[in-house]
Amino acid sequence: MIGKKLAILVSFILLPLAAAGQDLDVSEVIFGHVGDSYEWHITDIGGKSIAIHLPIIVRASDGWHCFNSRHLEEGEYQGLHIAGKGQPHEGKLVESDGSRPFDISITKNVLSLMIGSLLLIVLVLLTARWYKRHDPERETPHGLAALMEPLVMMVHNMARESIGEEDYRRYSPYLLTVFMFILLNNFLGIIPFFPGGANLTGNIACTLVLALFTFFTVNLTGTRHYYKEMVNPDVPGPLKPLMAVIEVFSALIKPLSLTIRLFANMLAGHIQILCMVCIIFIVARYGGVLLGGMSVISVVFGIFLDCLEMLISFIQAYIFTMLSSIYIGLARAKG
Amino acid sequence: MNLITPDSGLLFWMVLIFGLVLFILAKWGFPAITSAIEKRNTHIAESLRMAAEAESRMARLGAEQAKLIEQTKTEQGKMLKEAARTRDEILAKAREDAEAQTARMIAQAKAEIDAEREGMMRDVRRQVATLSVEVAEKVLRKTLSSDSEQVALIDRLVDESASADIKKEVN
Repeated sequence: MIGKKLAILVSFILLPLAAAGQDLDVSEVIFGHVGDSYEWHITDIGGKSIAIHLPIIVRASDGWHCFNSRHLEEGEYQGLHIAGKGQPHEGKLVESDGSRPFDISITKNVLSLMIGSLLLIVLVLLTARWYKRHDPERETPHGLAALMEPLVMMVHNMARESIGEEDYRRYSPYLLTVFMFILLNNFLGIIPFFPGGANLTGNIACTLVLALFTFFTVNLTGTRHYYKEMVNPDVPGPLKPLMAVIEVFSALIKPLSLTIRLFANMLAGHIQILCMVCIIFIVARYGGVLLGGMSVISVVFGIFLDCLEMLISFIQAYIFTMLSSIYIGLARAKG
Repeated sequence: MNLITPDSGLLFWMVLIFGLVLFILAKWGFPAITSAIEKRNTHIAESLRMAAEAESRMARLGAEQAKLIEQTKTEQGKMLKEAARTRDEILAKAREDAEAQTARMIAQAKAEIDAEREGMMRDVRRQVATLSVEVAEKVLRKTLSSDSEQVALIDRLVDESASADIKKEVN
């Protein structure tokens, strides 16, 4: 009796899915979700899409353009259009002749970056205010400060261990900012609805900038010994040029590995979760038992992957920060 | 290929916004938090150290106190013993003195008694002598009515005193 009721209930829930699953392009769905876009698509209600249209800011060959991306839905606007499928710069804004203008539009990722950064600043400054307003020798932190303190001290102690007692205080704020920034944006990426859901830390531009910040921090504040080891390493004569080449390359590859590691991990996590959700829609056309069974499986796996993704969010933020601190520590080496 | 080509727009915004975030947080955010927490950590470490020190000091004080009590006790015992000895000594001395006094008094009394007895004896002897002279006078008056008897008596008396002298010499 209960089984029958449940079957009816499930079929009611899944009926619209069966309709939606007919013409589903999985790769488009997945890459649409993990990629960047000029609008923030929130949901569809009754075939009508609800989205936030973001501002376009480009410098085309005929000067600056600034307008709402809503205008692009009908096609070309002010000599600009979004490149279609199969064309070069697919999904990006291009001029009439197909060339790409200098584009600093507020895209989905940029908006997510702004929201995340604002949130981070507010959270950290509120925590800092708690410590300013309370006597830390008399009171234990509670609320936000209690949440932030272990994270902050974890990174702070990590900086001390890898950079050394002498000047870790100079680098600890940078490492803390990087850690909190990545962690917060990773978590925002997992949240499936509006303020979250953008794949910022799974975007190579974002991770590249973070890695470059680390690269410049390492290489602009290195000690004399660090540079000497790089260009004139302490090896027998004939090996010197070879070692110098290897050292310079390793210095350049370090930020690259940081970039790819964070980018690939976060992107892969997003794709995994999206695949789990898509399974429901793919099997929807087969209906009935298969749909019910697979839905249960994909929900269970989706929950598992979400938990895994939370763990990975933390681990990746930690690894990025730890490697940055180790690189800084190596560059602070003394003779 | 879109995924692995860094987009110029996002690069631009990322540099700008992350730079701004870094500046704000490195200036007003994290140093305040970490310095406050470090201050507390050193305070806690300091407090723990002081607590340990106080504990050890208390333990030392306790030991010292116990030692002091023991010392006082032994001193007390010693004083009590000494007091007892002094008391005994005083008592003994008093007894000795008393005995000596008594002996002296007894000796004195004896000497006085002896002296008195001597006096008495002398007195008695004198009286007896007087009495016997008187008695002898009376007896002689009665018996020496004749001359013969008087000569006989004189002879006898002479003899007697002579023998008494000899006896005395022998003795």
